[in-house]
Amino acid sequence: MSTRPIVAASPEALQIVTFDATMEARIAELLPRYPTRRAAILPLLWLCQERFGWISPGVVRAVAARLGESPAFVEGVVSFYTMYQTAPPARYVLQVCTTISCAWCGGRELVAHLKERLGISFGEKTPDGVFQLVGVQCLGACGQAPVIQINDDYYENLDIAKLDAILDELAGRS
Amino acid sequence: MEPVLLRARGVPDSRSIATYLAAGGYEGWKKALGMGPDAVTKEVLDSELRGRGGAGFPTGRKWSFVPKDHPGPRYLVCNADESEPGTFKDREIIEYDPHQVVEGVAIASFAIKANTAYIYIRGEFVRWARILEDAIAEARQRGFLGKNVMGSGFDLDVWVHRGAGAYICGEETALLESIEGKRGFPRLKPPFPAVVGVFGQPTVINNVETLACVPHIIVRGAAWFASIGRPKNTGPKLFCVSGHVNRPGVFELPLGVTFREIIEEHAGGVRGGRQLKAFFPGGSSAPILTAAEVDTMADFDACAAAGTMLGSGGIIVFDDTVDMVDVADNVAHFYAHESCGQCTPCREGSDWCMDILDRIVAGHGRPADPDTLLRICRFSSAGMTICPLGDAFALPISSIVNKYRSEFERRIASATPLPQKKQPVLPWAGPCPGFGI
Ligand SMILES: Cc1cc2nc3c(=O)[nH]c(=O)nc-3n(C[C@H](O)[C@H](O)[C@H](O)COP(=O)(O)O)c2cc1C
Ligand code: SF4
Ligand code: FES
Repeated sequence: MSTRPIVAASPEALQIVTFDATMEARIAELLPRYPTRRAAILPLLWLCQERFGWISPGVVRAVAARLGESPAFVEGVVSFYTMYQTAPPARYVLQVCTTISCAWCGGRELVAHLKERLGISFGEKTPDGVFQLVGVQCLGACGQAPVIQINDDYYENLDIAKLDAILDELAGRS
Repeated sequence: MEPVLLRARGVPDSRSIATYLAAGGYEGWKKALGMGPDAVTKEVLDSELRGRGGAGFPTGRKWSFVPKDHPGPRYLVCNADESEPGTFKDREIIEYDPHQVVEGVAIASFAIKANTAYIYIRGEFVRWARILEDAIAEARQRGFLGKNVMGSGFDLDVWVHRGAGAYICGEETALLESIEGKRGFPRLKPPFPAVVGVFGQPTVINNVETLACVPHIIVRGAAWFASIGRPKNTGPKLFCVSGHVNRPGVFELPLGVTFREIIEEHAGGVRGGRQLKAFFPGGSSAPILTAAEVDTMADFDACAAAGTMLGSGGIIVFDDTVDMVDVADNVAHFYAHESCGQCTPCREGSDWCMDILDRIVAGHGRPADPDTLLRICRFSSAGMTICPLGDAFALPISSIVNKYRSEFERRIASATPLPQKKQPVLPWAGPCPGFGI
């Protein structure tokens, strides 16, 4: 079972968020897809993560209020799934696959290199907030091992040189 | 074999509905609407198509379990969770031919009289979720989905529902919970989803590849499908080969080819001219096979006879440099991380195996460890848990201990005692120590 560290939320993070008209329009599209409002929790959390960057306690409360659930129920859902960010993420989240095919086809070397280059371990962010390193389980792209997902995008068949080029580019954009 | 499921791979603009229609797309859907639900189910039953998601259950039989007299709605769910390590085939279908999936979803929904279908796709597959949404929008625009499809009086809505990072949501009942907006906790069965599924209504869950076979069966007929492969193991199958091979990738071959042919011919053999040592035949949940077993046929029944399973068709190849203790450890980390935690044997057992294996890898193994691992695995498999994830970690680990016991013993023989009192090697399940957490 995966467990997450519990971090105290800042007063701003506790502040309940409000949904603007664009958000409400998207919610109105979502709700008729399901016979219960509860079923919209996952898609609404995705919308919030896109819009607010992460799932703060204030987001949890807003989602709960909007769908008629208790914040505890929504928090229970959020904490089950690994992709909902429960703390503000870095600009680029490097999600490195650590499962079999990647591990034995160069993944370990990539991780060692990333740790050295960025000076951080799994679960940490660089002090400038640009990169965050996360070890993840199989990404479903094992034939293209080793694989890293950066935010939403897959980077496949990597080696250290290719990875460095990608990181240089991303760092340059920041 | 001429490609069936992957016929669009490499075709320019293969994703667009125009390309799909030019290749005879949606003919199966039109034909199915004319046949009626029972005839469609019978055709799929006669084709002997078996589920490509892992368990190999006959698809037509599954459809026929939906109660005929049910007064409320029914649902079809397409499982695009694709999270079994070593599996990357559904993504290939979606990447090159998403309409094949949409058409399969439509025909299956019609067969069970469902007016709503959900495609549940793993959260990481952002790109492929968009591809599916675009395909659904195109199909709807052309009248293949929506109200009164092609004047048949049949209504069908298809929605993409994204997961959010949880291997267990590939298990069908956890998936249903996840659609309902809950934590992905597998349900006790019975009742089976065909009777009480999502939102309490009869639901059929089929894998992407299974559904992609359906339009071809309807167009070309059950006899054509059954002529591919072996009796009871019919049709084309996508095999995903990864690990130490020269040409990793997805290969479409008839069921019943040997693993030797897949690995040596199609995947180009073990890379660097090295020797094959072992391979997972169907994802990492399947008991491992040794190089001596490479002539096993890659189909459901031959794999079962060899004490393993075809699973998802994810073949992970290891060359002779690989230490099998490390493999067991990596596998344990995966399942310890992914156990949902409802059942004691699975939650504690996967964690405990991981601790023991970490300790052996760290050079502090004990002589009793291999037997302890086997005992933990015995107590977590064969119906001791709510869902098959208990078996999914126990069977590969026990198969590795049984088949490569000497490698465990060799490591343990040179081990030193743990300094002072036992401390957990890791505070929580995560990437394995090879990654130097
Ligand atoms: C732990 C676990 C994970 C699973 N993951 C997947 C998956 O990622 N994709 C899938 O199609 N089936 C998966 N399955 C199998 C499903 O439960 C189900 O049997 C399958 O989707 C049914 O479709 P089929 O009859 O077409 O094979 C998994 C099963 C278990 C026990
Ligand atoms: S076997 Fe494991 S994953 Fe399945 S329900 Fe029990 S604890 Fe959860
Ligand atoms: S093992 Fe890395 S993507 Fe599957």
